[in-house]
Amino acid sequence: MPTAQNALFRTLADPTRRALFERLCREGETTVGALTARAGISQPAVSKHLRVLKQAGLVHDRHEGRQTHYRAELRALAPLIDWTNRMTGFWQKRFDHLEDLLNRMDQ
Amino acid sequence: MTSSATETRAVIVERELPHPPEKIWRALTQPHLIAEWLMQADFMPVVDHRFTLRADWGTVDCQVREVEPNRTLSYSWAALGLDSLVTWTLTPTGNGTHLRMEQTGFGPDQQRAYQGAQYGWPKFFDNLERVVGGLS
Repeated sequence: MPTAQNALFRTLADPTRRALFERLCREGETTVGALTARAGISQPAVSKHLRVLKQAGLVHDRHEGRQTHYRAELRALAPLIDWTNRMTGFWQKRFDHLEDLLNRMDQ
Repeated sequence: MTSSATETRAVIVERELPHPPEKIWRALTQPHLIAEWLMQADFMPVVDHRFTLRADWGTVDCQVREVEPNRTLSYSWAALGLDSLVTWTLTPTGNGTHLRMEQTGFGPDQQRAYQGAQYGWPKFFDNLERVVGGLS
């Protein structure tokens, strides 16, 4: 598995980060302050999660005065969507092996 | 890309096999047979039994969730930071078995509550489906 995909999974495995990312997907560009207001955690905690999301390429930040605006980078999700294709390929190959095995087994 | 996003929630592979369910069940549950088509495993068909699947690229941590001999087998599948559930269903047909494997993301373990917000993977993918509609 490529490292980028692994990092993406780890990043989104955290429910708080996933919730923040979802909000950015739904609401478009949002300030850290606005995200904090409804996140139920402190602003430093929100900022920390946003930094992790940014490292994974899932969000983009833009500084304007004292405010930092974040928006979701939907293109970064491509490897996640790839995952199902990979898993489907994985299982189809395993089914082939299973069928070979069944043909070799006694009743 | 919308249809791909929909598929993200589950991976389903099914096949008609000219073998009886009992025989397929053995292949799904006996470690030396599992090793021949899936991965090395310390499997036991006992609910709550934990086992590890080993392959050259890494390991998968599993726990048996449901065992109904010759009919249904399911186990959790944790790998690469993702928890999912793999369910095997065996349905007898006139001359063999319809075997279905469904891997769904991502089990209750993943949906731990945090500050009153429950964001499970299924919900995440539901939302994702809506937002990635424009992805190309």
